Amino acid sequence: MSKTIKEINEKIKKGAAVVVTAEEMIDIVKASGRKKAAERVDVVTTGTFAPMCSSGVFLNFGHTKPKIKMQKVWLNEIEACAGLAAVDVYLGATQMPWNDPLNEVHPGKFTYGGGHLIEDLVAGKSVRLKAVSYGTDCYPRKEAEASIRLSDINEAVMCNPRNVYQNYNCAVNLSGKTLYTYMGTLKPELGNANYCSAGQLSPLLNDPEYRTIGMGTRIFLGGARGYVVWNGTQHSPCAPRNSKGVPEVPAGTLMVMGDLKEMTQYWVRGASMAGYGATLILGIGIPIPVLDESIAENCGVSDADISCPIVDYSDDYPNATGKVLGSVSYSELKKGSIEIRGKTVPTASLSSYSRALEIANLLKEWITRGEFLIGEPQRPTPGTDSGIKFKSLKTK
Amino acid sequence: MPNKKIVLHFSKNLVKEPIVYKLIKEYNLSFNILKAKILPDEEGIMVMELSGDEKDYKKGIEYLKRSGVSTQPLSKDIGRDEDKCIHCGACVVMCPTQALSVDRKTMKVIFESEKCIACELCIEPCPTKAMRLHF
Ligand code: SF4
Ligand code: SF4
Repeated sequence: MSKTIKEINEKIKKGAAVVVTAEEMIDIVKASGRKKAAERVDVVTTGTFAPMCSSGVFLNFGHTKPKIKMQKVWLNEIEACAGLAAVDVYLGATQMPWNDPLNEVHPGKFTYGGGHLIEDLVAGKSVRLKAVSYGTDCYPRKEAEASIRLSDINEAVMCNPRNVYQNYNCAVNLSGKTLYTYMGTLKPELGNANYCSAGQLSPLLNDPEYRTIGMGTRIFLGGARGYVVWNGTQHSPCAPRNSKGVPEVPAGTLMVMGDLKEMTQYWVRGASMAGYGATLILGIGIPIPVLDESIAENCGVSDADISCPIVDYSDDYPNATGKVLGSVSYSELKKGSIEIRGKTVPTASLSSYSRALEIANLLKEWITRGEFLIGEPQRPTPGTDSGIKFKSLKTK
Repeated sequence: MPNKKIVLHFSKNLVKEPIVYKLIKEYNLSFNILKAKILPDEEGIMVMELSGDEKDYKKGIEYLKRSGVSTQPLSKDIGRDEDKCIHCGACVVMCPTQALSVDRKTMKVIFESEKCIACELCIEPCPTKAMRLHF
């Protein structure tokens, strides 16, 4: 039996669609099997709420009088990339103020960066804009300053080149000193093991071969409706997979886009990773239309079926040796401690499972009420047969 | 001198030294251990209440510093900003007293302030700066 997205959308419009979260789907598939699950369930909702460094926003400020072709732009002293037309910039989540001490006194605090600025904008706070230029006949002005709020400017579009990682590393530290990484603070000699995935709720782990997720898929993004606009950067679909097709290492990624003006602060949070930098913690949820039995089965994936590599961040990660210390399932990680080399190591997550579940439930509500339709992908996300090879940069 | 509550941080190599014993014996201080946590191969933390002569107290604290034990008065209070906490869990592995723990059912992070010894180890690793110090 198979359904089309169109048929499912008709049901959603009538308020007749059966929508469940990816967590609820586990038991449904277990209890009634993939065939019945596919007949019964129309949509499965997923969610993730975690630091996503490769995020940022396009802003258009509107023109000043007289006009300026902004060549360098700072917002609350944080530089935005202004190498676009006159009053367009791209503000990245990890950018720091020009006068921040960074890691001069290690570990740096990274109290306020691009992610925090994006949160402030979403919260409706006023931010200070400074711009300089060289002056042209059509854009004579050389300097401009203003206080702006999100509601004052023309456009603010979040466009994140790489989000929603399909699986991720579990980071540990084999060395004798504390490490400060984007995976959090890692205590010496296997003091802790940090992971970062919503596991069984994670969008791309529920549709491991991207059968329903592609450019045009409508998603929950930062509390608003957004879209998948491309595969993400470093998209690596040909990574090793288990017998169920679930990647065993970081694999697929998505590029997503949405209107910042519609987002809410609860789902868009600036974050500081001590000794590493600033970033953005962002909520994303993707609905998966259950078109057939195999999609139903995929959505029944549970933490016990998903494993990730344990990687040493004192040597193997920074030096790109490609070595892993072993692998561990998310159900083991979620118990609170794992065994590595005979040692019991406490685990911590950077991704918030409880918030991911909130997203999946919200999305379920929206769809059940007929307020959110499934987007028909216009370009499939490159899959396991794409032959994509993950490249590294050769230096000379 | 009124009784003073202090938090002692022992680094790994000091955990096995008879530091507290010396403090009592050579500096005439009486004490009351309120909380102690010395993990076999990690750092040790002890909260104690000291009483004795003001002069002896100062000397005792200096002795501790010389021995490499850092001390901090327990006049601080750690709180969690509930609006900021996103229930990730990054703080949990830092906490030596299980004042921070995960409810494995809801995967929410629980903070029990009565177990907190204000060691501040959770403050830096919290990405949203929800764990905060109040004086
Ligand atoms: S690290 Fe911070 S945000 Fe995360 S659970 Fe702990 S207090 Fe909450
Ligand atoms: S300050 Fe933080 S880490 Fe230290 S005991 Fe209190 S809650 Fe635990």
